[in-house]
Amino acid sequence: MSDNDIVQEFLVESDENLDRLDRDLIGLEKNPQDQEALAGVFRTIHTIKGTCGFLGFNKLEKVAHVGESLLTRLREGQLTLTPQITTALLGVVDAVRQMLHEIRSTGHDGESDYPELRETLSHLLQVQPAAAAPKTGDRPPEPGASPAQGSSPGGTNCAEPPPAEAAPSALELGTASQLPPSASERVDPRSGAALQAAEIKPREVSAETIRVGIQVLDKMMTLVGELVLARNQLLQISNGVEDAGLQAVSQRMNLIATELQEGVMKTRMQPIGNIWNQFPRTVRDVAHACGKEVQVAMEGKETELDKTIIEAIKDPLTHLVRNSVDHGIELPEDRLKAGKERSGRLILRAYHEGGQVNIEITDDGAGLKADRIRQKAIDRNLITAAQASHMTERDLFPMIFLPGFSTAEKITNVSGRGVGMDVVKTNVEKIGGTVDIQSTAGRGTTVRVKIPLTLAIVPALVVTCGGERYAIPQVSLLELVRIVPDDVAQSVEQVHGTPVYRLRGRLLPLVYLRDELKLAVDASAARREAVNIVVLQADDRQFGLVVDEINDTEEIVVKPLRQQLKMVKTFAGSSIMGDGRVALILDVLGLAQRANVVSQVREAGTKVEDASSPKSGSARQTLLLLQAGAARRMAIPLSSVARLEEFPAGAIERSGKQEVVQYRGRILPLVRVAEVIEGGAEIRSDGTVPLQVVVYTEQERSVGLVVEKILDIVEEEFVVEHRGKRSGILGSALIQKRVTDLLDVEGVVRSVEPGFFELEPQRQTAEWSE
Amino acid sequence: MESSRQFCTFFLAGQFFGVPVEQVQEVIRYQNMTRVPLVPDVIRGLINLRGQIVTAIDLRRRLSLPERSSDQLPINIVVRTDDGPVSLLVDDIGDVIAVSPDSFESTPQNMPAERKELVTGVYKLEGRLFLVLNTERVLQIGPDEPRNV
Repeated sequence: MSDNDIVQEFLVESDENLDRLDRDLIGLEKNPQDQEALAGVFRTIHTIKGTCGFLGFNKLEKVAHVGESLLTRLREGQLTLTPQITTALLGVVDAVRQMLHEIRSTGHDGESDYPELRETLSHLLQVQPAAAAPKTGDRPPEPGASPAQGSSPGGTNCAEPPPAEAAPSALELGTASQLPPSASERVDPRSGAALQAAEIKPREVSAETIRVGIQVLDKMMTLVGELVLARNQLLQISNGVEDAGLQAVSQRMNLIATELQEGVMKTRMQPIGNIWNQFPRTVRDVAHACGKEVQVAMEGKETELDKTIIEAIKDPLTHLVRNSVDHGIELPEDRLKAGKERSGRLILRAYHEGGQVNIEITDDGAGLKADRIRQKAIDRNLITAAQASHMTERDLFPMIFLPGFSTAEKITNVSGRGVGMDVVKTNVEKIGGTVDIQSTAGRGTTVRVKIPLTLAIVPALVVTCGGERYAIPQVSLLELVRIVPDDVAQSVEQVHGTPVYRLRGRLLPLVYLRDELKLAVDASAARREAVNIVVLQADDRQFGLVVDEINDTEEIVVKPLRQQLKMVKTFAGSSIMGDGRVALILDVLGLAQRANVVSQVREAGTKVEDASSPKSGSARQTLLLLQAGAARRMAIPLSSVARLEEFPAGAIERSGKQEVVQYRGRILPLVRVAEVIEGGAEIRSDGTVPLQVVVYTEQERSVGLVVEKILDIVEEEFVVEHRGKRSGILGSALIQKRVTDLLDVEGVVRSVEPGFFELEPQRQTAEWSE
Repeated sequence: MESSRQFCTFFLAGQFFGVPVEQVQEVIRYQNMTRVPLVPDVIRGLINLRGQIVTAIDLRRRLSLPERSSDQLPINIVVRTDDGPVSLLVDDIGDVIAVSPDSFESTPQNMPAERKELVTGVYKLEGRLFLVLNTERVLQIGPDEPRNV
């Protein structure tokens, strides 16, 4: 082993040690009595110091040495850990890291020997001895501690590893690796009684692992990708050949390739804890800088992800964590005022779900302020005031991910500069993930990042449309529905021009892949054929993608798109199919977004998509939330809503006392909900704002309810209270945590035109579905 | 200037073009292509080049030349780029030729700008003009190009 190799080894090892130091020191700050953690910190610093001395990095050694002295005093109970001491020790860690960086780039440990830091540390050594003195009596120094501290810097690893196992590595450094493994039986004389049982464990583990360069793993991954591809081609060929031998071999090859693929993927898996471990330190630093108190909790640290993904999400996650501390969690005084605990809580959670990994960052801070986001969005000309008033929180919150959008009141050096959240989103989406934000004012914010386990090989559904095949990643796939030609006309209905399908009683918006991709369409032929619907999940919405043919599922190797094709968000990548031809991989989210953009139905139409929110218990009901009159929230069951329409104010005509509009060759009576409920208060639009009309259908008769605004469509369980106390209202309920009146539609209609339902018995709703 | 340079030559609608030979990875016959919807129509599709997915750009369309007749299959000239190989679809392939820098001239002033930027310059050969393609510019395809419909 050359000198250079030794230095490299030292650098890698020290990097790991430093990360552990950060972690241990933060742990120690929380629990200063934790002798084991203290011993761990001590050992790590000591190891670094020892190795530097051995390799001739004297400045580094000096810095490590003062840190070690301080730790010795702590360990012997002559000092107790204060935040100042922790800060100083973290300073040592940073200095060491800096010097290691220096060594990596220049080969020596830099110019500075950090006089100020050493000063601070020496100063800390002087103070406080009296306070801690009694403790010395209680706890005699551990047998191993004193000799270790006294040993010379050149003494290498004596304190850290258990000597029996450490011998080979120590010797390896000095005399190259000619010594057989049996050398481990030698007892290192320096160790003496210092051997502690607990210390043996990590070394035993490391004996069974080896370090492998990332390039090697990457290369293996690429090759396995190619192998999977070749396997797919072989399977396709062998399916067409009547040869038992070939069939057997290709089946066997199939199994082996699958196992090999899994094995290679496993080598690249790393627990997410590897990046989370730095977060307590990050949080501490940010919290200190802002004068806040934050506790970090982690769940699911062991959740594994592909290394490339781990690397790709490190920066976005760090940004989100900093953001939560800086913007989310309030100052201790404000928290106390709000009736919360003094110190904020930041919870990191990771778990697998449906072939994806979810990472949640939850804080119990002030939450996002919808009004401020709305205002900001208007100020930045991202939306108009009119649009803003229609937007719900669910629409508003994602705006913080737009470039240049920051709602921080003051710009701190931590965050709030308007860069960041958009970069977070871009970076997460780059690896096929999604970011989603939920927030309750005063209660906190949760940012959920969903990312794929691996990027290279994914299971996909292959479909055909317009003569080409497209692959749909299976993570987005919910189910497949086939409508036979005879049922198509009945099953595919229209909501204001948008095709929908009733999937178990819920309206599923349909997106025709042919239309979205602008493939040649023969509309009349398409209507006569069976309809194949691929039910997909994009973000928290479902939609049905109509394709010509559903082929098969296949493991595909994802190849990124070249620069010339990146402009199209509808494709996530490309892949080579079993027959050697290329197929495009659909980007389900991009496709869903595109479908909304080109949709001819404005807000009302996109709202209907909300109705199909997944995973509902049958006891829940889907409601259309609307506003009628002065900021009054109302709900009606979506099942009785035939359509959401918009009429220009000028379209209103009169039939007797009744306001009506012409609607598809018929006369649709209009009822102004606000007037009925609020006792005839005249609320008329100024003639330029179009009327928002809910077409309500009951027993094949219908009426247009004029409302101020369609708010949202929600699916919720609720309890009706205050029944029947007011006319036109069935009762009230808590929906979306807000009091909402349930509109008695029939009552409202009857109160205006008691005999109305009897007047036009011929009205047929069946004609509405085209 | 430099001494004589070598070019891989090809034909497009009767005109004689070339790209520097060091940019060319290989020349292959017509391959089946997978159409890419929604992108500018100069992108004819994707081909599988021994496991690598390569975008094929129709140079006739890129240079605003008339369409090839339907029975005429184009040839792929695969060029290397920083973003991996890209295929240029041409009518026919010519020889590799060496030209002297003395015969070089920049593109004529009155050439329409959108065509001009796609051609580095002209070599005056005996009996014909030889146009050098500005590969880098040819591969920059803006979103405002006409779409595949």
